[in-house]
Amino acid sequence: MKLTLKIWRQKNNKAKGELKTYPIDGIEGDMSFLEMLDVLNEGLINKGEEPVVFDHDCREGICGSCSLQINGEPHGPDRLVTTCQLHMRMFNDGDTIVIEPFRAKAFPVIKDLVVDRSAFDRIQQAGGYISVNTSGNTIDANSIPVNKHDADESFNAAACIGCGACVAACKNASAMLFTSAKISQFALLPQGRIEATERALNMVKQMDLEGFGNCTNTGACEIECPKGITLVSIARMNREFMSASLEGPLSNVWSKKG
Amino acid sequence: MSKLDSKIPKGPIADKWTKHKNDIHLVNPANKRNIDVIVIGTGLAGGSAAATLAELGYNVKTFCYQDSPRRAHSIAAQGGINAAKNYQGDGDSIYRLFYDTVKGGDYRSRESNTWRLAEVSANIIDQCVAQGVPFAREYGGMLDNRSFGGVLVSRTFYAKGQTGQQLLLGAYAAMNRQINRGKITPYNRHEMLDLVIVDGKARGIIARDLVSGEIERHSAHAVVIASGGYGNVFYLSTNAMGSNVTASWKIHKRGAYFANPCYTQIHPTCIPVSGDHQSKLTLMSESLRNDGRIWVPKKKEDAEAIRSGKKKPNDLSAEERDYYLERRYPSFGNLVPRDVASRAAKERCDAGFGVNKTGQAVFLDFASAIERFGKERAGIHGNHNPSKEEVTKLGKQVIEEKYGNLFQMYEKIVDQNPYETPMMIYPAVHYTMGGIWVDYNLQSTITGCYVLGEANFSDHGANRLGASALMQGLADGYFVLPYTIGDYLSKDIKTGEIPTDTKEFDEAENKIRELLEKLINNKGTHSVDHFHKKLGQIMWNKCGMARNAEDLKSAMVDIKALREEFWRDVKVPGEMNEMNAELEKATRVADFLELGELFAKDALHRNESAGGHFREEYQTDEGEALRDDENFMYVAAWEYTGDPGNEVLHKEELDYENIEVKARSYK
Repeated sequence: MKLTLKIWRQKNNKAKGELKTYPIDGIEGDMSFLEMLDVLNEGLINKGEEPVVFDHDCREGICGSCSLQINGEPHGPDRLVTTCQLHMRMFNDGDTIVIEPFRAKAFPVIKDLVVDRSAFDRIQQAGGYISVNTSGNTIDANSIPVNKHDADESFNAAACIGCGACVAACKNASAMLFTSAKISQFALLPQGRIEATERALNMVKQMDLEGFGNCTNTGACEIECPKGITLVSIARMNREFMSASLEGPLSNVWSKKG
Repeated sequence: MSKLDSKIPKGPIADKWTKHKNDIHLVNPANKRNIDVIVIGTGLAGGSAAATLAELGYNVKTFCYQDSPRRAHSIAAQGGINAAKNYQGDGDSIYRLFYDTVKGGDYRSRESNTWRLAEVSANIIDQCVAQGVPFAREYGGMLDNRSFGGVLVSRTFYAKGQTGQQLLLGAYAAMNRQINRGKITPYNRHEMLDLVIVDGKARGIIARDLVSGEIERHSAHAVVIASGGYGNVFYLSTNAMGSNVTASWKIHKRGAYFANPCYTQIHPTCIPVSGDHQSKLTLMSESLRNDGRIWVPKKKEDAEAIRSGKKKPNDLSAEERDYYLERRYPSFGNLVPRDVASRAAKERCDAGFGVNKTGQAVFLDFASAIERFGKERAGIHGNHNPSKEEVTKLGKQVIEEKYGNLFQMYEKIVDQNPYETPMMIYPAVHYTMGGIWVDYNLQSTITGCYVLGEANFSDHGANRLGASALMQGLADGYFVLPYTIGDYLSKDIKTGEIPTDTKEFDEAENKIRELLEKLINNKGTHSVDHFHKKLGQIMWNKCGMARNAEDLKSAMVDIKALREEFWRDVKVPGEMNEMNAELEKATRVADFLELGELFAKDALHRNESAGGHFREEYQTDEGEALRDDENFMYVAAWEYTGDPGNEVLHKEELDYENIEVKARSYK
């Protein structure tokens, strides 16, 4: 395949970026999208130009590192895949492909296609855990039965890989799908109920502090999510947040908002 | 003089760990606040250790090269985690898990460590469930189990094909709780480039901030290395692109012995290589061998017809298929350990029975399982006389519930539907049993430098059983290191903060600066990947699934020559003081080019076949691995002396008091 790539190049966080055009040839359908970029970079290095920097690691769709906006869609045109699992057979000879970083105020560009997603870590740090210390004598695992449906639903929410496609897909750059996935995972398990109030209040508060937008129920996040996390998670989070706001320490959430 | 004191506690094996814990010096909670610990790597071992040390009250600094601790490659582990819970009532016990692991490792692991691993395995499951890890459950609400290779019980806990992800997110959550409390300071997008030793003790590291390119000094009272394995020395492996040996190799060059580097696991069920552009290989979980049957055609003509596309796999009747694992190993069948299954696949393909274009693939077929599950599910629904279509439909449903994400991954990569046609698979480099030598306390031969998880050598001998890597990572991090490191740190309560403006830090930083400048200023003609691929070819062809003395000798020569060429001719674009992915790769590949030579040397010196190390000269008439217990029942720990080709061998003899050493058979 012969393709024309238009790729966002930006030297660093301070510099101004631009789309640059790169023709590329000899691309096979069995290559992954990132392997196609490897070919491009090898060529650039050989020509004495700077290769395009992009985040990637496991290349099997689970680490959540890769993060490209391809022809306007996070992770490109295929469904339920990350960029590293997107294969070139999804494209045709002669296509022009526009490759940009994930765009959001809360995801500043570091260089080229690499963005800073540490806001996601801070949302998790605000409450995405169950406060249990490590010891050799927590109670036997089977003394906490969980019905299969709840366990499966909890797993489905927990499958989030933290890639940020939901934010990049959203016209408001909202992180509701991401935040609600973790809140859902714990809301569905008996172990998670104990801290449910604090968790919902604190994670939502952090999400707002990071500068993510609000949810207007467009549903683009659900369509672009490579792991199939659904809007049901957001509904669940809203319910958790609502009841937490009523019963929880209201000062936590409203005082700073003024 | 050899420094190898394994510090195994005295007494009966079942009491060693409990007794040892009782003998360990403790640190008063108020004093823990004055002690700093550096943890390199945030996978299952590093993440769980960091969280637990912080809970105890130590000040922890974590380092990972990824943008978040959650992306460590433990996340990609699919199938499950073993634990001797005996929830299935199938006769499992600590002893059986211990026995299976020692036998699975071909009697080359340290008995006391393996027992401890089996002993704490049940605690791991309790801990993870308490943290909210959503393991698979049965309809009654209890935890579900499945089987893995090399065992005759069901002791593997799982979360679909994403067990590693769920366990890692559990450890990451435990870390986040401590970050929120201010007890862990995370340094993400940072790479450790050297260890700093002060007065004979590990007291800090030199790291590079991968965003700004700045070189930083970090001090601590102890340094914990949990940076994973070195499978990427083969270029193509199931490891993440960034997985590297640098942290381990740098401490090795500072005095930590490297043990059994030649013990590599080649995993039997990976998606075959599709072309030269290939950047990594994708695993298809071993759990698939619970239900998939592995075969090649019985007749070469059929294999050729399938390769050329004239026949489809489903055209062959059961009689025309060679289910070679079931044929050769009737009692374990498709669930033989990984090394055995991989060699058997290679044997069939080398003999001309391979089934893809390159002739390097075998089939993994779910048709029988779909039929079996379909009938069962129809029965549950009250349909005791289902049609063939109904059976197939229901059977596919069950398979999707169990392995849905793996089937989807396969289809996306290969562009074939594995529900309709058998998967094609071939072995690929997956895990390294070798690693930094550690004693019973997980301390390396450098005082104050501890090594956990895949980065150490300790528990799996010459071959690791499936679902045991997650177990070991979490055992080391949650339940072993937090005790053993306290004994060492108890002597540091009055030391105070370690200063970084000392000559030791100067020396280490200058060395790293010189290294990076040399790479940037080299201005050669070939990219880093060019050399990495070449190294991978040498490793795969001469140090891969089957090795012989002649190849290994030539591999040592080739690797040394390639290393010299690398330093003459590598081209690293960009600058030091910026985000520079090529520079990151260059420092990693430079270390692989040294490790590779030691790897070949170790494989050459071990004149026997054991587990993942198969020397063609040492095999039985039936082609099985032939050990030499009289001469090689030891851990080979190598001491760096300035040249990887001339390292000095130290031996830790292995004693088996609680298990009878015999030929390993799965027939």
